[in-house]
Amino acid sequence: MKNLAICVCTAAISLAGYGQNKASITGNVESTFQYLNQDSLIGADQPVEKGLLNTYMNVFATYGNFKAGLRFESYLPRIQGYPNRFDGTGLGMRYVGYANDFVDVTIGSFYEQFGSGMSLRAYEDRALGYDSMLDGARLIIRPLKGVTVKGVYGYQRLSFQGGRIEHSDGIVRGFDGEVHINSLFKKLQDKKLDVTIGGSFVSKFQTDDREDLILPQNVGAYGGRAKVSYQAKKSRFMLDGEYILKEQDPSSDNGYIYNYGHAALMNFGYTRKGLGIALSAKSVDNMSYRSDRTKELTDLLINFLPAMNKTHTYNLVASLYPYATQPLGEVAYQAEVLYTAKRKTWLGGKYGTSFNVNFSTAYQPLKRTGNINPLDSTGVTYETRIFDQSDSLLWRDFNFNIYKKFSKSFNARLSYFNITLNNDVAKVTSDGKGLITTNVGVLELGYKINKKHSLRMELQGLLINKVEKEFTEVIGTDTTTTKKTLWNDQGNWVTVLLEYNVSPHWFFSIMDQYNVKGSTQSVSEASGRQGGVHYFYVSAGYIREATRITVGYGRQREGLFCVGGVCRFVPASNGLTLSFTHSF
Amino acid sequence: MKKVTLLFVGMMFATTTMAQESHGSGLLDKKVASVELKDMNGNGVNTADLGFDGPVVISFWATWCSPCKRELNTIHDEYIDWQDETGVNLVAVSIDDEKTKNSVPMYVNGKGWEYLVLMDPNGDFKRAMGVNNVPHTFLLDKEGNIVYSHNNYAPGDEETLYEEILKLTKN
Repeated sequence: MKNLAICVCTAAISLAGYGQNKASITGNVESTFQYLNQDSLIGADQPVEKGLLNTYMNVFATYGNFKAGLRFESYLPRIQGYPNRFDGTGLGMRYVGYANDFVDVTIGSFYEQFGSGMSLRAYEDRALGYDSMLDGARLIIRPLKGVTVKGVYGYQRLSFQGGRIEHSDGIVRGFDGEVHINSLFKKLQDKKLDVTIGGSFVSKFQTDDREDLILPQNVGAYGGRAKVSYQAKKSRFMLDGEYILKEQDPSSDNGYIYNYGHAALMNFGYTRKGLGIALSAKSVDNMSYRSDRTKELTDLLINFLPAMNKTHTYNLVASLYPYATQPLGEVAYQAEVLYTAKRKTWLGGKYGTSFNVNFSTAYQPLKRTGNINPLDSTGVTYETRIFDQSDSLLWRDFNFNIYKKFSKSFNARLSYFNITLNNDVAKVTSDGKGLITTNVGVLELGYKINKKHSLRMELQGLLINKVEKEFTEVIGTDTTTTKKTLWNDQGNWVTVLLEYNVSPHWFFSIMDQYNVKGSTQSVSEASGRQGGVHYFYVSAGYIREATRITVGYGRQREGLFCVGGVCRFVPASNGLTLSFTHSF
Repeated sequence: MKKVTLLFVGMMFATTTMAQESHGSGLLDKKVASVELKDMNGNGVNTADLGFDGPVVISFWATWCSPCKRELNTIHDEYIDWQDETGVNLVAVSIDDEKTKNSVPMYVNGKGWEYLVLMDPNGDFKRAMGVNNVPHTFLLDKEGNIVYSHNNYAPGDEETLYEEILKLTKN
């Protein structure tokens, strides 16, 4: 702490000492207040404090080549659904540093990503309460144009308690190098073929505190990557890939096995004006990599394994049955096409029409045990190879949408989604059974009333599959078991959203999500209530340049709130939410 | 802990005093942050040195953000006129991470955008610019000073932005 004080002090002095006009202070603040009611109909509880408040503020200062920054965080107490390891007020991040064209050094907190992040990614998502920043030192050197070498050393942030950062037990070290060949050699600068190669090595150290096991204290993860693109006359091809190997890393996640792990990712893209095609493939096995082997869920992950599916935005599609990567193993594929029909053609009409099709799927890897002797002492429990998939489906998503602008003031988008999720393995709901299949249709209409006023409407409907459920009834001493075919999980849903915008300052919206329920065995029947539930929510906002104030009131259903494939469970709530964001 | 807070407050005080002394002559003007990003082809680009002559619009977006795409598609329809009249350039900074990054070139070319597109997969530039959520649009004058910013998109906002761009070019 003393060191930090000295650092900040030095930065302050250096700031004050310079007379050039190169100083800049920027930052942002976000504050969310909730006042919640009890609502037994949707299972929403009122917290004992009734009022909840989350706030943070970032302040970044640069002066010439010097930089310093910090973030204060405050949870009084944390808002509902936020991870339960946040309380108090204090410094959640702080650093000082120096950067010029050749060198960039940071001491304190920093975020970093090597390649696609499968070996190391320290990042934050404040909306999710996710923060895996490293506290330590980082050096980035750019010795030649197109060459970047990075070294990082630090302890990961685990939680924020009593207003203080708590760190992981294990230390993380990492080195990464990347060369953009075309920038390095002048002769190649304007060539059509463009090549970037890179490699990374990451290692964690945690003491072996188990008496029953011999645990590796240093665990490495390393690999290489390449990206090639080719510019043809009117089109462009792109291919990139990364492969990361992880050493033996017995952990709570993998059940303390001594298998090696791997992650492989490949992306192919083809684009020309009006057409884009993207194909991806991924193979992951035993790749959960944490700076503390006893942690689970989203705690202390050193690496990031991107989920291979589209991030949906309509609320019935995005938050009811989303999918996150299975770090213990999956083989996944994705394909997507976007085509815009030209203007003034039969298909394109006056303004052009866009067609988008997307397909993604994921399976569990095939784990072969034929050559494994479970009694030997190696601790290796199965064998698998890259892209070795089993027939156990984890996820499948087929969706398309068509967007058409009919006139200057009217546009429409029609979307369809067919999604299957294996709730036994990639569990998202406790009421769901086996494979959950949903069909969702969405019609979105936009209407511009005049220069400043506009309306937007969404109509969404979700139809779920039916499953056989068993019911046990006890009358006196008799127990009878009956089987009924019922809608899976919570049944079907309809959502209507209406939004009214007054540019550039105001918006108003009203939304009703209606859970049709029908004949499901869920909360409704347990509480003796039949029929559906309305989740009404009204909100309004005022925006003035970089300031935004919003107020919302109503019911919000429980669900998963996901950003970029990382999800957090948000319980049902009923009440008032006020939020304020500002950038400066 | 207390010491740090005190020192930081001191530092803030020192800088604000400097700002006051300079009578707003630019000592603390909010400049665009300097962060090393890559374009869609992997070429390194420093955000403080974009190499454009006129005003620059920096728009933070993501492939999963509908209002962001509405904003950039709306501007796309008028971009040629905007460029002819004001010499403005738009830089679309994608905050898509590895999960959706691969669809960025697909989307950009599928829609025929002519913007400079930069990739910010770990949110370094987003953080440095103090962006809370997307869409967030900044307008820079030719010296790189931030003269206007707006956090949201509603149809019609692009006209307010364009009025701000016109103000810059008329002065």
